[in-house]
Amino acid sequence: MALPKYTETRYRVWHYFYITICTCVFFFLIAPLFVIFPLSFNAEEFLSFSEGMKNLDPDAFSLRWYKDMIYGTKNPWGLAAKNSFIIAIFATLGSVILGTVAALGLSSRHMPYKGLIMATLISPMIVPLIISGVAIFFFMAKAGLAATHTGIVLAHIILGTPFVVITVTATLSGFDHSVTRAASSLGSDPVNTFMKITLPLILPGVISGGLFAFVTSFDEVVVVLFLAGLENTTIPIQMWTGLREQLSPTILAVATCLIILSTLILVTAELLRRRSERLRGINR
Amino acid sequence: MSSETGKILTTDGIPLEVSLKKAERKNKIKAFLLVAPLLLFLLITYIFPIGDMLMRSVDDKMVTEMLPKTFKSMEKWDGKELPPEEVFESFYLDFQKLVEEKRDGKLSTQLNYTKNGFKSILKKLRRKAKNFEEGNYKEQIMAVHQRWADVEYWRAIQRRAPAYTSQKYLKGIDMYKNEEGNIVSVEEDRRIHRILWLRTLEIAFFVTLLCFLMAYPIAHLLATLPMKYSNLLMICVLLPFWTSLLVRTASWMILLQQQGVVNDFFVMIGLVADDSRPEMMFNKTGTYVAMTQILLPFMVLPLYSVMKTISPSLMRAGKSLGGTPFVAFWKVYFPLTIPGIGAGCLLVFILAIGYYITPALVGGASGTLISNQIAFHMKSTLDWSFASAMGLMLLAGVLAIYWVYNKLVGVDNIKLG
Repeated sequence: MALPKYTETRYRVWHYFYITICTCVFFFLIAPLFVIFPLSFNAEEFLSFSEGMKNLDPDAFSLRWYKDMIYGTKNPWGLAAKNSFIIAIFATLGSVILGTVAALGLSSRHMPYKGLIMATLISPMIVPLIISGVAIFFFMAKAGLAATHTGIVLAHIILGTPFVVITVTATLSGFDHSVTRAASSLGSDPVNTFMKITLPLILPGVISGGLFAFVTSFDEVVVVLFLAGLENTTIPIQMWTGLREQLSPTILAVATCLIILSTLILVTAELLRRRSERLRGINR
Repeated sequence: MSSETGKILTTDGIPLEVSLKKAERKNKIKAFLLVAPLLLFLLITYIFPIGDMLMRSVDDKMVTEMLPKTFKSMEKWDGKELPPEEVFESFYLDFQKLVEEKRDGKLSTQLNYTKNGFKSILKKLRRKAKNFEEGNYKEQIMAVHQRWADVEYWRAIQRRAPAYTSQKYLKGIDMYKNEEGNIVSVEEDRRIHRILWLRTLEIAFFVTLLCFLMAYPIAHLLATLPMKYSNLLMICVLLPFWTSLLVRTASWMILLQQQGVVNDFFVMIGLVADDSRPEMMFNKTGTYVAMTQILLPFMVLPLYSVMKTISPSLMRAGKSLGGTPFVAFWKVYFPLTIPGIGAGCLLVFILAIGYYITPALVGGASGTLISNQIAFHMKSTLDWSFASAMGLMLLAGVLAIYWVYNKLVGVDNIKLG
């Protein structure tokens, strides 16, 4: 943002002040994430920069914590990663199917009590997680599903569906319903119409909702803390225990991997959002 | 002309009005059937369990069921003097039954909640009761321990007669029903829950304020910069948004610890001496800093999406009409961003008020919130009914805010990313 030449000095000063503030805020937002990278290569067992690291001594850096993460004795990360992925994949599938179908119904103009039902469907997003955790735990304990994968998957479906419902209803709001009517008038049955016409058009919304559901499940710790037994440990639970008890740099190695994963998800989500906006004809 | 001919008929001979209504109903059912699976799923696994929490929080049947005869015979007792022989007898019978079923330990824990001192006298009673003779139980029980002859203890038992209680809710705001049945506050130095509620509100409020103050300038910058720069900067907002909460909390733990980067920096610029590095973690400071950074994206995104829709020509018009840039901003631009401010602030406030993970890790004892207390009672004291009561009080607060949010912005307008 270049300033015009005729700008008065006080506005010039104000402008640079504003830019400085913005830079500081961006720094505050992003910098904490970058502390983790170098420290995860620390050769020593501390969570702070050693003298060697400050002098960029190559001996001060090592891959030992990454090795520990993968090969470490009695290390929990392998099992945790496996569980996390299994749970997140099933939870995402469940959320996407239930959420998309519900969004189709919700965006029909014939839907009765739309406001009330919408509020109910997205309530797991609004209710504080700790309360959801307590309520879901009571249900799972009664149903005998506590400390099972099924229980955790169901819990994550509860928490993930609101995101799918919101993104898919948003996509459907720009949806031209005459194309489905055209399909029906040409003799297509509703299921066929959905698979061949509606789904491909709303796919970006469905996938970005699915990504939200995936991240929610993959990152969820409050509800899992109530539900999980030793067998169902997940990456967030291991990180939680690690951060509370033995703060070892292995956690930073895991955190680095998670940041890389979230970057990948961010890029996918952004690309999808832009594609969906292009398809809906919103030019920015 | 009869009224029949006035109506338009479909080809089947049914009046059009009826036929349309039928089609309308069919569409309604169709739409509802699509929503039904998710609605049913959520009702069973989520909404009803929240109702279950409500039941648990007021439930006090345990003692009621353990001493059925006692409470029945107590109905006629006015509670002024020691209860009659009948009450002693039925208490003895109830108690013997509990001892047989090995449930007397539970009774003593429960009664001890109501009044301290029950544990030892029940233990003594159990020992002595084996050798009781039939008849005149009043004398025999009173002989076991002098407290059994104290009317206060019998009143304490009587207070546990109702199957429902508001006790847990009162406890959540540090109040209780005293022996006269009045609701009073606990002593000043034991009001831990009120401190927690106030701290939760305080932290949620200031985190929201800090987020607003930081998010407004950068949302404005993002909305006014040319696309190619703003997309790049947007990553700075979106990357933390998509990154695991625990990873972000971990990075703050590294930064804020005493030997951490922030303290190193303070020492380097000479702000603090090396041997007097301030504690920035495990207290309120840690909670504030970490929560503000973690919730900041939730403020930036709604502000950005509103600011994006404000045409830059409005500011130019304001300036060309003689306003200084500040006046133009304050009179034209700022009022237009109010919907975004409302959405962002309420979203951040709702999220902050129920925060659990970050305060638990960086908050220490002075930076924890009401959620941490709920988790503590769920996992450590196992007082689930108290945890439920506190959870529902928190939920009531959040729903009130949500209702305001819905009135002001509409839940359908929530935008993600």
